[in-house]
Amino acid sequence: MTMNFWLFMIDCILCHNFIFSRFLGNCPFLGVSSKVETATGMGLAVVFVMTLASFFTYLGYYYILVPLKLTYLDTIMFILVIASLVQFVEMFMKKSLKSLYNSLGIYLPLITTNCAVLGVATLNITSGYGLLQSVLNGAFGAVGFLLAIVLMAGVRERLESSNIPKCFKGFPICLITAGLMSMAFMGFSGLVG
Amino acid sequence: MRLSLSSGPHIRAKSDTRLTMLDVLIALLPTTAAGIYFFGTRAALLLAVSVASCVLFEALWCALGHRKSTVGDLSAAVTGLLLGLNLPSSAPWWLPVIGAAFAILVIKQLFGGLGANFLNPALAARAALLSSWPAHMTTFLLPQRTLFVNTAAVADAATAATPLTAKSSSYLDLFLGNIPGCIGEVCKAALILGLLYLLVRKVIGWQIPVVMVATVALLSWALGEDPLQAVLSGGLLLGAIFMATDYVTSPMLAVGECIYAFGCGVILVLIRKFGNYPEGCSYAILIMNIITPLIDKYCKRKVYGEVKKNA
Amino acid sequence: MPKDENKPSLRGVFLNGILNENPTFRLVLGTCPTIAVTTSAINGLGMGLAATFVLIGSNMVISALRKVIPDKVRIPCFVLVICTFVTIVQMLLHAFVPTLYASLGLFIPLIVVNCIILARAEAFASKNGVVASAVDGLGMGLGFTLAMVLMGCVRELFGNGTVFGLTVFGGAFEPMLLFVLAPGGFIVFGLLLGIINAISDKIAARKAAEGGTKA
Repeated sequence: MTMNFWLFMIDCILCHNFIFSRFLGNCPFLGVSSKVETATGMGLAVVFVMTLASFFTYLGYYYILVPLKLTYLDTIMFILVIASLVQFVEMFMKKSLKSLYNSLGIYLPLITTNCAVLGVATLNITSGYGLLQSVLNGAFGAVGFLLAIVLMAGVRERLESSNIPKCFKGFPICLITAGLMSMAFMGFSGLVG
Repeated sequence: MRLSLSSGPHIRAKSDTRLTMLDVLIALLPTTAAGIYFFGTRAALLLAVSVASCVLFEALWCALGHRKSTVGDLSAAVTGLLLGLNLPSSAPWWLPVIGAAFAILVIKQLFGGLGANFLNPALAARAALLSSWPAHMTTFLLPQRTLFVNTAAVADAATAATPLTAKSSSYLDLFLGNIPGCIGEVCKAALILGLLYLLVRKVIGWQIPVVMVATVALLSWALGEDPLQAVLSGGLLLGAIFMATDYVTSPMLAVGECIYAFGCGVILVLIRKFGNYPEGCSYAILIMNIITPLIDKYCKRKVYGEVKKNA
Repeated sequence: MPKDENKPSLRGVFLNGILNENPTFRLVLGTCPTIAVTTSAINGLGMGLAATFVLIGSNMVISALRKVIPDKVRIPCFVLVICTFVTIVQMLLHAFVPTLYASLGLFIPLIVVNCIILARAEAFASKNGVVASAVDGLGMGLGFTLAMVLMGCVRELFGNGTVFGLTVFGGAFEPMLLFVLAPGGFIVFGLLLGIINAISDKIAARKAAEGGTKA
């Protein structure tokens, strides 16, 4: 690994946050952030899947596609891995981790179309990360997503009773809120490197 | 920005807001005067443009939306003055105009007006200006005049970095304001005068400024810097006294306030020491503004947590 | 198959995607690329056209195969079809417009998980004929492209002083960098959405008023 563990963590979570500076995973970020509790559930589910997805897509890319010289099929392979991973995790949780399934279960299917997961798989390859760094990138990136969605939910709960102009209610004000949060997060830029 | 005198659940009373804002304006007087003394007519012009455009945008919004004018509660004037004090004296005149539009229209009114914004309007506007025109926002002129002492730092004219990057200034210079910097942040003596006024009038509690400054001092000392220099340089005191204490965007209870102020201090030192920006005060406060709803959610006494206002 | 009398005309299907159900401004789908790549008008246009190509292709193939694909595994099948078209686009862009390919970067493979495309496959192509699906894909794609170009123009104009690379403001204009930075993407999108909501509310109110006077 080229970077110190802690620095890499801070870089993934604060400086290059998936939502605020890489624009990945906006749909669940906007869609499932109206309550802090549900946002936490979604965030945790993403942490779980993204870490696993980074691991398996890495193996798939370097041990199946590269030897077969099929690297141009990467996107198809990634999406298949992610979709089946989500299915598998859902089934496994339903059987063995009932309580966790009850709290995270409903968010799992949504993750297949979370572009953060596909994004991190692609990023790991294009950045030339090794296996450990890929997994850490997935895990910390997802923690950054968790942080962003929980903060967003906190602010949105507060906005609920505000007198927002009618045409800005809903998506518009959420986007502006996200923009302002992203602006504040710019303060972290350059913290690493 | 400031809503009521109580730190408990918000009480939306008009007269209270106006009185509080008036107190804040009075507390800002020494700083404003010092800024104009140090940086001359240019600073006065910038402050005037900033206040006028904030008030104008507030009036415009109310007029266009056929709402009752809220200019009278003086909150727009306070935002304008704080925004102006956060600019370097070299800034072009249109900078505060755009900052004011951003602060009043986007940060405050789109979110539902006074008391509903989740970020401090003046600081958010400053952050927007800083990321848009970094050169204008970080070209600091040396004071045109000095107070009592005349040191080498001042003699070496032209533009200069803030004392955060140029460490030659003495404590006395830092305290009195014989240093380059934003209009309102240089004179610590005037800022402390404002703090005393706010404390005596019970407009703010001691927790946020004291905890924030103490955190910065301790952490800087732990990282091997001079704690006194860390406290007296940059925008720390201006931020800790006037912006971090904004009722609307800081936690309601004392416990929450302490967590919030501690967070501000930690982030500030991290940005100063490791970040891209020379000064992290505004970003530190903005980031803690974002966390404030969560702090309130988990630090609130049950009574307030269970009863939903406006429901 | 009996012909459905209520089926909308092709023109209606086409305009639906651009106006009433504009994927970006009315349905708010596919927000990630809308915010990420619209730092300039040309990037927005490129992204929009790439997505349009994928939409038309996937809609046609899915519509043609709609009787063959088993209902239970339809979503994975749709994703596979979409993925194939995305890979084609990726290769074409890489070969013919490498600069655009470089600036869109990560967001080309991510067209796969763009909700608009899967949503159209599920909501339209799996229920309608090939021609209608192609028109739907074209309408939705152009609606998306239009939104992307609008976002790109606004951000490029204020953040860089140009539109499609042509200087609009004179030399005295100092661009507001925030517009082309990350926060600008979110804020411009939010403001445009709010303004479009306000306009459509006005139009709806006027229509309602006209209807009221006629009745």
